[in-house]
Amino acid sequence: MNFSFDQKSLWLVVGVAFVLAVATAIGQILRRRTDTSLNQATIDVFIHRINGWWLMCSVLAVTLLLGRTVTVVLFGLVSFWALREFITLTPTRTADHRTLFWVFFFFTPLQYLLIGMGESQYGLYSIMIPVYAVLFILARASFSGDPKRFLERAAKIQAGLIVCVYCLSYAPALMSLKIEGYPAPGNEGRNAGLLLFFVLVVQMGDAMRYVWDKAAGQRVIAPAINATKTWEGFTGGIGSATLLGTAIWWVTPFPVWMATLVSLLISVMGFCGGLTMSAIKRDRGVSDYGTLIEGHVGVLDRLDSICFAAPIFFHITRFLSGSGWLT
Amino acid sequence: MVNRSATSGAQSRRPVSSSPAPAGDAATRRPLDVSITGVMLAAAARLFSGARARWVNCEPDTCQRIYFANHTSHLDALVIWSALPHRVRALARPVAAKDYWERGIVRPYLAKNVFHALLIDRKKIKVHNSPVRMLLSAIGETYSLIIFPEGGRSLDGTVHPFKSGLYYLCKKRPDLEAVPVYLDNMNRVLPRGEVLPVPLLSCITFGPPIFLEAGETKQSFSQRARQAVLALKER
Repeated sequence: MNFSFDQKSLWLVVGVAFVLAVATAIGQILRRRTDTSLNQATIDVFIHRINGWWLMCSVLAVTLLLGRTVTVVLFGLVSFWALREFITLTPTRTADHRTLFWVFFFFTPLQYLLIGMGESQYGLYSIMIPVYAVLFILARASFSGDPKRFLERAAKIQAGLIVCVYCLSYAPALMSLKIEGYPAPGNEGRNAGLLLFFVLVVQMGDAMRYVWDKAAGQRVIAPAINATKTWEGFTGGIGSATLLGTAIWWVTPFPVWMATLVSLLISVMGFCGGLTMSAIKRDRGVSDYGTLIEGHVGVLDRLDSICFAAPIFFHITRFLSGSGWLT
Repeated sequence: MVNRSATSGAQSRRPVSSSPAPAGDAATRRPLDVSITGVMLAAAARLFSGARARWVNCEPDTCQRIYFANHTSHLDALVIWSALPHRVRALARPVAAKDYWERGIVRPYLAKNVFHALLIDRKKIKVHNSPVRMLLSAIGETYSLIIFPEGGRSLDGTVHPFKSGLYYLCKKRPDLEAVPVYLDNMNRVLPRGEVLPVPLLSCITFGPPIFLEAGETKQSFSQRARQAVLALKER
């Protein structure tokens, strides 16, 4: 088997594993010390989060190592699960059943099939869902003959498909993106590093947003949407993610300053994703959300930021590569 | 979450872990193809229905029970059956409609060998031809029942008034624990009139057992049982 990781990407994986190992060690030491003024619950949350990072990073690293096809399949399954959570959260009517069936078993696999076929299908996979699936959902819903809250129901399904499937599918699409100065297609080693960069920066923005909210949160952005997300967390999270992105610029095709700007952009988009998902959950009411989803993995909770940031990262990389700025 | 209800303490129960009933062992000993199909089917059903089982003031147990649930989809019996732990599942027999489960090749095989379903001809239910006696003789001193006392599937997810079957079962066998079960979101996974399911997430809540009180009327017991199911919606 042709393992796909170039040397730089491998260094990044080693570096991440090292940082996580240090964090795990700190967590264990803090847990054993009983005399600290630190809250035990906070330490448990910290350890829990680090374990989550271990899981996410190892799955991602192994998947990337196994190559493009495995990566596309993994993201496809994750999309499917996220869509499942999204549609469960947003109520539809009985008449939407067959529309949903098409969405789950036709459009989702088709999108990932096109992504798997590579950049030659860019013209199709970049419009298949936002144009054709969106029109299909409207038409199929009208055939089912239930006029009640028609646009609202169609919009819910469209939003779910766009966020959970279309947007997320741009992350594995990075694997087949032709980038100036990169080896010919078929050797995705450096592309895997780019995908890793993207996931790390966005997830770091999420994690540091949480830390900054806890440490310095003062002014809440939208109390009715999410009472814990503050401007301090917004600034701190995005700042930290941008610093990380700048520090690991060497794994991307960008010069340092460009890596900084791109990191800034994707962490802002990531934050928007988190806030949007909070709004959807809040609209449904916490109790509703509680009994149905509680106890499941909560894939959507972890991936909302990735979903929002993936298309912009793909397109800006594609644009920069085509413009000749990367050489 | 796991403490038993006060009412069940009055009678002696067989706990699932310490000393499994000998009859239970006999029931779990099945042909290989059947047990493999059973395990795989249960896993597939859990994955596909995204069903998560919650036990509120009730524990999985091999003692004889009547699980009674709200009914919104053809998958309901399968979903409840697959949500039970393996040993409990082997003893649970869903009561299902004959006209649906005797069609085709796959359904009769599953109903007969895998679920050990008790099939009832809905058109022939009459006062003088009640299925209650047949059900009670079928479960003997070993098996539990999974029933849907609404008598049919609800279209919109509301819980209809209960028919009297549950009352008569409890009257003839007051020692059986009647466990309320609430199925959430199954009406969206496979609504009435649809053939293909959509894989949304659902939730199954098992609640504290209820018993027929001395002198309780059919109507008040049926209402109380229905309320017990509805109460799980909020828990």
